[in-house]
Amino acid sequence: MFAGYSMGELGSIMAMQGFAGLILFSVFVLMALGLAIIFGQMGVINMAHGEFMILGAYVTYFTSQIFTNYLPSLFGGYFFVAVVLAFVASGSLGMLVEWALIRRLYKRPLDTLLATWGLSLVLQQVYRSVFGAREVGVDQPGWMMGATDLTDTIQIPINGIIVMVLTTVITVGVFLLIYRMGWGKQVRAVVSNRMMASAVGIDTEKVDRITFGIGCGIAGVAGSAFTMIGSTSPTAGQLYIVDTFLIVVFGGAASLAGTIASAFTISQARSTLEFFLSGSMAQVLVLLAVIMILMIRPQGLFALKVRR
Amino acid sequence: MNDFLLSVEGLTVSFDGFRAVDDLSFYLDRNEIRVIIGPNGAGKTTVLDLICGRTKATSGSVSFEGRELTKMKEHEIVRAGVGRKFQTPSIYEDLTVFENLEISFPRGRSVFGALSFKRDSVVRERVEQIARDIFLDAHLDEYAEYLSHGQKQWLEIGMLLIQDPALLMLDEPVAGMSVSERKKTAELLHRIIQHRSVLVIEHDMGFVEDIAHKVTVLHQGRVISEGSIEHVKSDPKVVEVYLGH
Amino acid sequence: MTFLNRKDILWLTVLAILLLAVFPLALDAFRLNLVGKYLTYGFVVLGLVLCWGDAGILSLGQGVFFGLGGYCMAMFLKLEASTPEATKIQSTPGIPDFMDWNQITSLPWFWQPFHSLVFTILAVPLVPMLLALVVGLAMFTRRVGGTYFAIITQAVAAILTILIIGQQGYTGGVNGITDLRTLLGWDIRPDHAKIVLYFVNAGLLLGCVLLAQFVRRSKLGRILVAMRDKEDRVRFSGYDVAHFKVFVFCFAAAVAGIGGAMFTLQVGFMSPSFVGIVPSIEMVIYCAVGGRTSLLGAIYGALIVCWARTSFSEAAPQAWLLAMGSLFILVVVAFPNGLAGVYRQYVEPLVDRLMPKPMGRAPAPASAEPARIIEQGAGQ
Repeated sequence: MFAGYSMGELGSIMAMQGFAGLILFSVFVLMALGLAIIFGQMGVINMAHGEFMILGAYVTYFTSQIFTNYLPSLFGGYFFVAVVLAFVASGSLGMLVEWALIRRLYKRPLDTLLATWGLSLVLQQVYRSVFGAREVGVDQPGWMMGATDLTDTIQIPINGIIVMVLTTVITVGVFLLIYRMGWGKQVRAVVSNRMMASAVGIDTEKVDRITFGIGCGIAGVAGSAFTMIGSTSPTAGQLYIVDTFLIVVFGGAASLAGTIASAFTISQARSTLEFFLSGSMAQVLVLLAVIMILMIRPQGLFALKVRR
Repeated sequence: MNDFLLSVEGLTVSFDGFRAVDDLSFYLDRNEIRVIIGPNGAGKTTVLDLICGRTKATSGSVSFEGRELTKMKEHEIVRAGVGRKFQTPSIYEDLTVFENLEISFPRGRSVFGALSFKRDSVVRERVEQIARDIFLDAHLDEYAEYLSHGQKQWLEIGMLLIQDPALLMLDEPVAGMSVSERKKTAELLHRIIQHRSVLVIEHDMGFVEDIAHKVTVLHQGRVISEGSIEHVKSDPKVVEVYLGH
Repeated sequence: MTFLNRKDILWLTVLAILLLAVFPLALDAFRLNLVGKYLTYGFVVLGLVLCWGDAGILSLGQGVFFGLGGYCMAMFLKLEASTPEATKIQSTPGIPDFMDWNQITSLPWFWQPFHSLVFTILAVPLVPMLLALVVGLAMFTRRVGGTYFAIITQAVAAILTILIIGQQGYTGGVNGITDLRTLLGWDIRPDHAKIVLYFVNAGLLLGCVLLAQFVRRSKLGRILVAMRDKEDRVRFSGYDVAHFKVFVFCFAAAVAGIGGAMFTLQVGFMSPSFVGIVPSIEMVIYCAVGGRTSLLGAIYGALIVCWARTSFSEAAPQAWLLAMGSLFILVVVAFPNGLAGVYRQYVEPLVDRLMPKPMGRAPAPASAEPARIIEQGAGQ
């Protein structure tokens, strides 16, 4: 399948596919970051993560509609407003879900998996009833469409750049939050030893709720990015959930750097393969490869050696 | 000319650079009772983990009846004759006392062996006999989760006894027990050590004096003293380690 | 049979009467066929009770094994329906119609053995078992368990679905393998055939219940429960835990495969919509609702949830997803032992009082905590 292309051409193709895959990469990174926070730091499996992403996508859609109808002159900047609103919406829903459901299941990881799957069904149905069953596409402002030329042969889509920047900002933000700020220390304390954390005065319930909320909020931002590469529908959240989990597991659930590297590897592998094979075969190959690697190294590529 | 039951030589394990066990060596005779003592963090439990295969050694050798344990999997080590009791009672709470002991009976350990395993009179009698030894013969049909802490410890000892191991390793067997339970446990241990070697980790000095043939003192992953309890008690290195600098 | 105690025999008889007498007498052929369809999921939940309820291994990919068994049977039936006589209008007679539409000109090699019924009957449990063996060995010998394993089974389900849909020339694609007509000349489509197949299905299911109960009451069954509770301790009692996990996973796969084959026979087709992530998790829902540690409970769970879905879909399809999702959440959070747990807590004490006391050892005390999953009667 690589025959007929010179090395230079292959390089350009990979680079172009790479940049075309920027948004996909960003979506994966954001989804995986949110999930890694929830899974890696809290040990909670959230199978409804895709639905939090889609909520963000719907919020983005409605924001674009509002701007189109009431603030047409400001339409060019609606996206940034949408991102903030998506974060808030998904984050709030996340906190509600944590309060209503997740906190009852902390000691039972398999059961959280199942219960959140039930939640995902419920949310899909709610979206169907509230937003309608048909797919909606989101319009992007003119200045965000199109591409700039990096070199003679390589072009980068502008919306890709914006989403990349956004993703970088969020990633840095999360990193600072978890590793530099006091609140991140509280999260890690609660994860290591809940009783002791509580004994030293950390409000473990609040920490849990906010952590889960932030994880879901980031998924909402992923949803905003998602509107650029796919159409929004009640079931679109299901598209990426398995991939996202594999990314988190592949990267070593406890490591943020690993998560990013893993998201990069997997999304780039997908994009590149999609050029040469059909979309579905590309997905199969990548999934298979990840499973093989996990079999060889079950703790993920980037996990630290842990005392058994 | 190695006719020791257990030879540990140069055993080392490090976690992220921290050497929990550092070039440790000791030798155990047949039918010997060795107690391992030492301050917290000395590596005592880690030594047991290394011998029974729970943790992989970074280097060194553990030779049991001539077989190299560091190359074997946990269940193979058990079948070779090494039994390990954990610090917190590790029993099957969802099964009855009888079933706990029966599972530990050394027959039918393969998949098809387990499918075709028959609870015949041999099994029944052995389980009942062990249950008498561990003071639980009146509780055979109770679910293990309802036993008291001390009884759970005894059950775990029973689960090891029924395997008839040549080397029995106990990690703080009387921790959390009342005085009367301790006495009974000491009596139990005196009985069961007749035909096997025992390696015990313990802090209770009275208990140690009661049962030990020989004592090994660990500190920071190394052996700092070894000998009879009197020898060790008066060894200035040991005194310093326990009382601090 | 020492692996069945008096209560087991009682409830098994009740189920047998329900399946073999009550339903056939009370329902018309169409509805009986529906019940037969529901019962094929009963095979899958039997496997899940052992694999998940007892051993604690959650597989979210049982649809894979159900589908593999179903596809094996479908391939046999399709070949039988694609004789050169019947397909003479195709450009290449003698091969299934969808292959012809995809310009395939000769039967692929992996279809050839399915000309034989004997091979097919062996393949139905063995092909899923083989896949389970490969996946199980790869995962369990490397101590991959729990949630990671569950996610990987999802990935396997996703992969297989994509492969089946993508390779439509070889597999019938998203429509699956349809238009199945006869089994060794006997037409499986008319009502009387469906009734016969229903009885075969119910009989096989009851047989599998006996088999599963035999496994559970053996020492292996107790080891599964011990593994769920304290895997390490089982290892230190001298057992190679990976082998036992592989065994139970393969068992669940084989039984699911049989269910899939019976499904194909009764419904007349097999498609990838029964293979993927969503159907796999629905099978887990049936098991959870019925009671993940109760064989009979799980079967009732499958019957009830399937029946509820059919009724809802006719009346209010929107509400169904909502109801199923909420039901699932409720069961997982509040009733981890499902209907069987409710039975154990409220109904069983009454039954115990009515039954004569067994001779010999006194029965074990009932659990005081309803939420605890306890394997009752395992020692009796």
